[in-house]
Amino acid sequence: MLAYTIRRLFQSGFVLVVMSLLVFAGVYAIGNPIELLVNPQADEVEKLRATVALGLDKPLYEQYIVFLKGAVTGDLGKSFVFGTPALTLILSKLPATLELAFCALFIAVCLGIPLGLYAGLKPDGVIGRSIMAGSIVGFSLPTFWVGLVLIMFFSVHLGWLPSNGRGETVSVLGLQVSFLTWDGLTHLFMPAFNLALLKLSLLIRLTRAGTREALLQDYVKFARAKGLPAGRVIGVHVLKNIMIPIVTVIGLEFGGLIAFSIITETIFAWPGSGKLLIDSINQLDRPVIVSYLMVIVFVFIVINFVVDMVYSVLDPRVRLGGGAGGGH
Amino acid sequence: MSAVLTVDNLRTHFFTKAGVVKAVDDVSFSIERGKILGLVGESGSGKSMTGYSIMGLIDAPGRIVEGRIVLNGQDITSLPMDQWRKLRGNRVAMIFQDPMMTLNPVLRIDTQMIEAVLAHHDISKAAARDRCRAALVQVGIPSPDERLASYPHQFSGGMRQRVAIAIALLNKPDVIIADEPTTALDVTIQGQILFEMQKLCRESGTALIWITHDLSVVAGLADEVAVMYAGKIVENGHVSAVLDKPLHPYTKGLLESVPSRNVKGTPLKQIPGMTPSLLSIGNGCAFRERCGYRSGECEVAPPISHPYPDRGVRCVHPQA
Repeated sequence: MLAYTIRRLFQSGFVLVVMSLLVFAGVYAIGNPIELLVNPQADEVEKLRATVALGLDKPLYEQYIVFLKGAVTGDLGKSFVFGTPALTLILSKLPATLELAFCALFIAVCLGIPLGLYAGLKPDGVIGRSIMAGSIVGFSLPTFWVGLVLIMFFSVHLGWLPSNGRGETVSVLGLQVSFLTWDGLTHLFMPAFNLALLKLSLLIRLTRAGTREALLQDYVKFARAKGLPAGRVIGVHVLKNIMIPIVTVIGLEFGGLIAFSIITETIFAWPGSGKLLIDSINQLDRPVIVSYLMVIVFVFIVINFVVDMVYSVLDPRVRLGGGAGGGH
Repeated sequence: MSAVLTVDNLRTHFFTKAGVVKAVDDVSFSIERGKILGLVGESGSGKSMTGYSIMGLIDAPGRIVEGRIVLNGQDITSLPMDQWRKLRGNRVAMIFQDPMMTLNPVLRIDTQMIEAVLAHHDISKAAARDRCRAALVQVGIPSPDERLASYPHQFSGGMRQRVAIAIALLNKPDVIIADEPTTALDVTIQGQILFEMQKLCRESGTALIWITHDLSVVAGLADEVAVMYAGKIVENGHVSAVLDKPLHPYTKGLLESVPSRNVKGTPLKQIPGMTPSLLSIGNGCAFRERCGYRSGECEVAPPISHPYPDRGVRCVHPQA
């Protein structure tokens, strides 16, 4: 297990380096940020001074080496626009995104697994069929369109829910969160549901497929033959087996939720890191873009690691496999 | 001694889109305490479905349409599902064919055993655990405490089947239905398990229904035998009487297909044709298309007749 963990860490480090290299080159290729940063009326001397100040006069590989040297000590550079450290800027926006992503995941899991289970147990019933039809709709509709429709309906038409911002926040362990105040919750609900819709549909379908497959297995019949109540057969014997693929997908999709919250954040003006990224791309603020992607990759790595841990709790066969070097 | 389990004119049908499949069609037998009944037949003859019917495990689109299942004098056929559940695993238990599939791969053995006790008895977890340990010892599993904390994948096939048997024995049932439990095992392991099952049933007075397609297993194990074909029992009686002097042409054909009963070098006899689809039997004897003794009378379903005491045969041309 230790060897596996160490190998895993090396792989992750490699991914981070390649990622930063690609983004560095990519943003460089798009254009020169000086044109956007400096007042258009400024003269050549002024522009040159700014270029030197930001270190953009050096060749790309030198800039990259400077960045790497800083990165090793945890310094990912300063934002060209704000002049503050890029990492601090992102970390200040990240809690809002994480809150949104966690709420979306919560909605997707709490609705998706029970609905999928029901649809799997009663595949031919009216309700079961309706759930599946609903999941196809949830799958097919584009996020931005659903977001706009939600705003039209709940904010404009009914006037029940606010259409933008985080609302009132309270501080918990130094982080500002919305979900503990009523005002914050009303602000949170629509963007979280919007973000959750796709994952909700995915979880319904995955749970249903898993349930239908598990029900045919001999161990389910044997559990029933032991005279166990139906609740225990489904809640323990079926659910624990289908949780293995579900946890994997939840882990992967959670990374996706953070990364793709950009669209939802833009529609609902949610002040999170996704919105920061869009603004930074518009201004070619390279340190922020690079730092953002590094943070996202880091989050993905952590999630995958957690998923592997949970996996071994759920499936005893994985525990032994991991000890023998891991077939991952 | 009176019968612990009596099955009377049992019919279990499946209502599919293609038509009504009569998986179990007028099956009757009874079994006494401590006795072993061998239920023999080819795949699809309805022997497993008979077992599931007794367990109350027939799922839609199937259901028991007719007949009675009497366990300890109580007709359980019309019991509500919840009360049937209380009998299942408690008074009547079942063991399945493939030991690799019957234990839940993600739950520890103790979890799977203790829940079977607690589903029927209001006792403490520790007491249930003691009972599980005793059951493992009973089926010959060494170091039961260690084994209780293991997962199914840490066991071999034979060991898993022993665990499944231990689970079936946990609540000291009156009847155990064993659905080909040794088919997936090595011959040596099969021998051990057969021997132990026989011993356990004799000791505890549990009646055993042994479902199999292997006549040699029945010969060594069972007291009574019932041969099934296309959902019906075509012949039944004491095991030595049926195997020595089969009355039904199908039983005769089955016995002749056993390799060891032929002289070396002579071609193995086979029953011509295939098991008919249960959808297309129509009226008449289900075996008539494959039978060498077929006549016009076979177009009408033959009733069961008793040419000898304690023998039944469903054929108008019983062989002697």
